[in-house]
Amino acid sequence: MKRLRSVAELEKLRARVARQRDPNRICIVTSVGTCGLARDADGVAQAISRTLSDLGLADTVDFRTTGCQGFCEIEPVVVIYPQRIVYQHVTPVDVPKIISESVVGGKVIKKLLYVDPSTGEKVTREQDIPFYSKQNRLVLDSNRLVDPHSIDDYLAIGGYSAVSKALFDMEPMEIIDEIRQAGLRGRGGGGFPTARKWEACRSAPSLDGVRYVICNADEGDPGAYMDRSLLEGNPHSVIEGMTIGAYAIGSHDGYVYVRHEYPLAVANLGIALEQAREYSLLGENILGSGFDFDIKISRGGGAFICGESTALMASLEGKIGEPRPKHVHTVTSGLNGKPSNLNNVETWANVPLIINNGADWYSGIGTEASKGTKIFSLVGKINNTGLVEVPMGITLREIIYDIGGGIPDGKRFKAVQTGGPSGGCIPESLIDLPVDFDRLTEAGSMMGSGGMIVMDEDTCMVDIARYFVKFLTEESCGKCVPCREGLDRMLDILVDITEGRGREEDIELLEELGVVIREASLCALGGTAPNPVLSTIRYFRDEYEAHIRDGRCPAGVCKALITFTIDEDKCTGCRVCARECPQAAISGEKKLLHTIDQDKCIKCGLCRDSCKFDAVTIS
Amino acid sequence: MTTHATEREGPKTVAREAESDLEKVTGTVERYGGNRDSLISILQDIQSEYHYLPEDTLRAVANQLGLPLIQVYGVATFFKAFSLKPRGEHVVSVCLGTACHVRGAPAVLDEVRRRLGIEADETTEDMRFSLETVNCLGACALGPIVVVDGRYHGQISPGKVKKVLKK
Repeated sequence: MKRLRSVAELEKLRARVARQRDPNRICIVTSVGTCGLARDADGVAQAISRTLSDLGLADTVDFRTTGCQGFCEIEPVVVIYPQRIVYQHVTPVDVPKIISESVVGGKVIKKLLYVDPSTGEKVTREQDIPFYSKQNRLVLDSNRLVDPHSIDDYLAIGGYSAVSKALFDMEPMEIIDEIRQAGLRGRGGGGFPTARKWEACRSAPSLDGVRYVICNADEGDPGAYMDRSLLEGNPHSVIEGMTIGAYAIGSHDGYVYVRHEYPLAVANLGIALEQAREYSLLGENILGSGFDFDIKISRGGGAFICGESTALMASLEGKIGEPRPKHVHTVTSGLNGKPSNLNNVETWANVPLIINNGADWYSGIGTEASKGTKIFSLVGKINNTGLVEVPMGITLREIIYDIGGGIPDGKRFKAVQTGGPSGGCIPESLIDLPVDFDRLTEAGSMMGSGGMIVMDEDTCMVDIARYFVKFLTEESCGKCVPCREGLDRMLDILVDITEGRGREEDIELLEELGVVIREASLCALGGTAPNPVLSTIRYFRDEYEAHIRDGRCPAGVCKALITFTIDEDKCTGCRVCARECPQAAISGEKKLLHTIDQDKCIKCGLCRDSCKFDAVTIS
Repeated sequence: MTTHATEREGPKTVAREAESDLEKVTGTVERYGGNRDSLISILQDIQSEYHYLPEDTLRAVANQLGLPLIQVYGVATFFKAFSLKPRGEHVVSVCLGTACHVRGAPAVLDEVRRRLGIEADETTEDMRFSLETVNCLGACALGPIVVVDGRYHGQISPGKVKKVLKK
């Protein structure tokens, strides 16, 4: 690769790359992000390149592997361009047929098409699937267009044009003003105005002139994975955003702090950084502008608290990831005591879009105080699991039913949990709530990094509260008392309730503890930790009361309060459950009704799992 | 069962290697320019070499970076990614993220615990299996997820645990 010494050389290269690509040529695309790999997408990819070369098609048919395209439910997915015919749940065995019949023969293989769960009809083209057609994929759409290992792919879709515009046509303060007018707010959780942060960091005094820009890729909220997907699938967009930010702030040193649980994101980002350096899009004298900037990768150690800015910076310094009081903000004194600007992956990926298309375009999307789009990970009890990018202000109903395809198995929707362990549960009665930073907070939850965990009638809200508090007791760094001791005490009470030892006054005690922990904790982890408990009490008090007063778990989840029984109408006496039971608690003659000895039963659920007739019920 | 007998020797062998292999630690520290900021990355590289952090490697890292041992020990025990105990031949991780939780991960974990006869963060006596839990792997569409030696198994129910462990 050749170093690019000017904008003219960048554009010359871009034109050459574009000439090599014919949009009308047949191209097979398959995604090999983490979700795909978990379902043997690498096997599919290998089969495609093997079959293409066996059939002598390698020169006439293009083949591209991409990162996660967001519709995780239908992985492994193969898309045939230019028509964008989409095949779902593809196995390596299907590949020769796809290539001979569909790619060469031009026929559509019906068996592999996606079936819309709301209509039961098969959909041929990707753009006609409601999951995609109802989204507004400004940031995520590029994931299907680029191989993350190819910087040329990124250049072909206009990549790094925002950097050249920023470096050559804009003053640093102009960039900050553009971001301000666009109304960009941090996508990592807090929703803080990005431009205000940048300006504060730019104007903070630094004796030796050192300032840092940092990308927070410590996506610790369980159930949120849009940052993983962006880093894996389109790392150059994050690099480009950070470079623009660094120029605006006056920084020459960048860091990406990424979770070690995301090995593929670390690998793909590393390759992208190397390629950007070779083209002189990172390093000294970027594109001949005289501006120097480079980025280092730092892997996290698996601590939720390190998503907090001061803890993250302590960890970057090689220290224990404990937060510190923020009398002095990190934009003034952060990493190594220098002014440091931290934004998360999705925020950085939005920056090139704003610079390219302008603040007016960007601020035309979204609501009054929340501009642009937001990526949510729609997971849990939902038909179309995956990443959805929607304009701010869309309602929960549109996300869950129109895009998500509703709840599986005809179950009833109960709640959606947003904001991770710092967020809360939003009940069915608020399903028409417009989703933006402020409305979610008003409802007792928060945007957080964008996890949306859908819960149905079989989800116990007390168990969910216990789950989050347990998570937080383990992740609390232990530095301050209200968080460390308060959460422990909350967990004790919640465990008592889920195990049938709850007392009438426990609900009030939980509320009181919640307020103290929220008010008295040092950092945002403690400050928001009671949210899952307070919001479930607010909206699902009846479930707490059922556990406490009647010793009953209405959803049939809390082990101590449920019993497994066998339905006499459904049991065929096939003996499968009796063979599976590790406790030998199930007895019954062949072809006759079986029964469970409740004294021996450990409620492991193996009988229910193994029964083909749905005869094992929970009560 | 003869293989078990040799595997039981496993951790001792690793520990011996660790003693004679401090040059490896030096190499790792040098790769990061002897930079104290890189402590976590250095420990991660050592851990991927030995699957845990042998005590003498921690001492060596502290020495070479000029850091007090307590700081190295503090970091090694603060972050969940590190283990000070030798791990088994196979590492089984059960994801307990929210999406996996609502789809029944606790029952899956119970079944793995029952089958292996160990709790989370423990290793079987024959050093064949270590059991870990993880807070989210970001592959929520496939929950509940169990990862065995880096290989992801999606949509696991208690009944499928036996098959996954057998592999």
